[in-house]
Amino acid sequence: MDEVFDVIILGAGAAGLTAGIYSSRARLNTLILNEGAIGGQMIMTDEIANYPGVETTKGFNVANIMKKQAKNFGCRIKSNIRIIGYNLTGNVKTVHLADGRSFQAKSVILAPGGKPRLLNIPGEEQFKGTGISYCATCDGDFFTGKEIIVVGGGNSALEEAVTLTNFASKVTIVHQFDIFQAFEHAIQEAKKNPNISFIMGSELREFKGNETLESVIIEKLSTGELSEMKIDGVFIFIGYLPNTESLKNIVMINQRNEIIVDQDMKTDVQGVFAAGDCIAKKYRQVTTAVADGTIAALSATEYLRS
Amino acid sequence: MKMLETAVNEIETASELEKIINENENVMVCCGRMGPMCIPVYDDMEELEEERPDVKFYVMGFDTPEASPIRNAPMCRGFMGLPFTVYYKNGKMVKATTSLQDKDQIVSVLDQFFV
Repeated sequence: MDEVFDVIILGAGAAGLTAGIYSSRARLNTLILNEGAIGGQMIMTDEIANYPGVETTKGFNVANIMKKQAKNFGCRIKSNIRIIGYNLTGNVKTVHLADGRSFQAKSVILAPGGKPRLLNIPGEEQFKGTGISYCATCDGDFFTGKEIIVVGGGNSALEEAVTLTNFASKVTIVHQFDIFQAFEHAIQEAKKNPNISFIMGSELREFKGNETLESVIIEKLSTGELSEMKIDGVFIFIGYLPNTESLKNIVMINQRNEIIVDQDMKTDVQGVFAAGDCIAKKYRQVTTAVADGTIAALSATEYLRS
Repeated sequence: MKMLETAVNEIETASELEKIINENENVMVCCGRMGPMCIPVYDDMEELEEERPDVKFYVMGFDTPEASPIRNAPMCRGFMGLPFTVYYKNGKMVKATTSLQDKDQIVSVLDQFFV
């Protein structure tokens, strides 16, 4: 633990990798510590068609290029680690890993991103991969000619439901509210598709089956009425949760578990910045994460040189 | 023809798969695509190659007909989520998992079957 880095970045999604590119290019001794796969939510996206300057690309391609850029500028990256503790106060901050190692730095950028929200109902873990999926692009063709449910009411849910009609004979969208949160164009695309039907104001309560998923229990929220629906598959797209559980009581976090930052991505702890999907903000896109990571790295650079 | 962009060695044919599992005591093969459920497993395998020299790690494209010994394996019956990850001990498939598995889950299988 002798080496003290200038910057430790926690997370290697769009925000973390961008921060790594900027800080290492500024000749700051930079280390990225990443608990998951490099690329974060970017690799959950099959195609990125709205990244300015790039007509269309795969999410994993963008992630791989960002990783190479960061490494080429001298940034070190350690992934698949598990963080068990922090000491972020004072001039030298320490991050403790489960394998016993600790790393120190003069500043820290928190970019842990988010993770797909689960339903957390009985049967979800049991039937993951045998009827329950979180990726239409990956698993859609396993449900060719079958009847499936898509859970959710945002852009991902409606767009993926339309995609899944290329495989499934029938798609039923189950949404907890009576209106959708998705953009209007996504709603219209889903509504005009003859193979999509809707169950609104309802939630799934249980997954049932033997070797594979066979049915779900659905609750009509207005009446509490439970019904069982035979189904071959369920795709779940109900948004993301910020990965900030371990940061509570360390930096200021709001009721939605998002880290509160100012316009320079500074947290309430001196020398600690945050960027990407973990911070309190309205829009979560690759472009906004990249912008956050840039600002956080520039702010950290300014902090270290002041 | 290689189908996967990963640093993990890729098996291209069924005969190559057969040869590898018969010549190595412990083999893990992740059969998938370049998708969000598969890429994290390839990344984990890349790291495990250094940490577990007792195991040979390979990937294989799910969409090639050559992958049928994995796709149609009895242990993979009912699987409807990529990747299909299979583990061979002395040429025999001893474990198969479906969909995304994190590093701890993979290590747990390695520890259980490859002691």
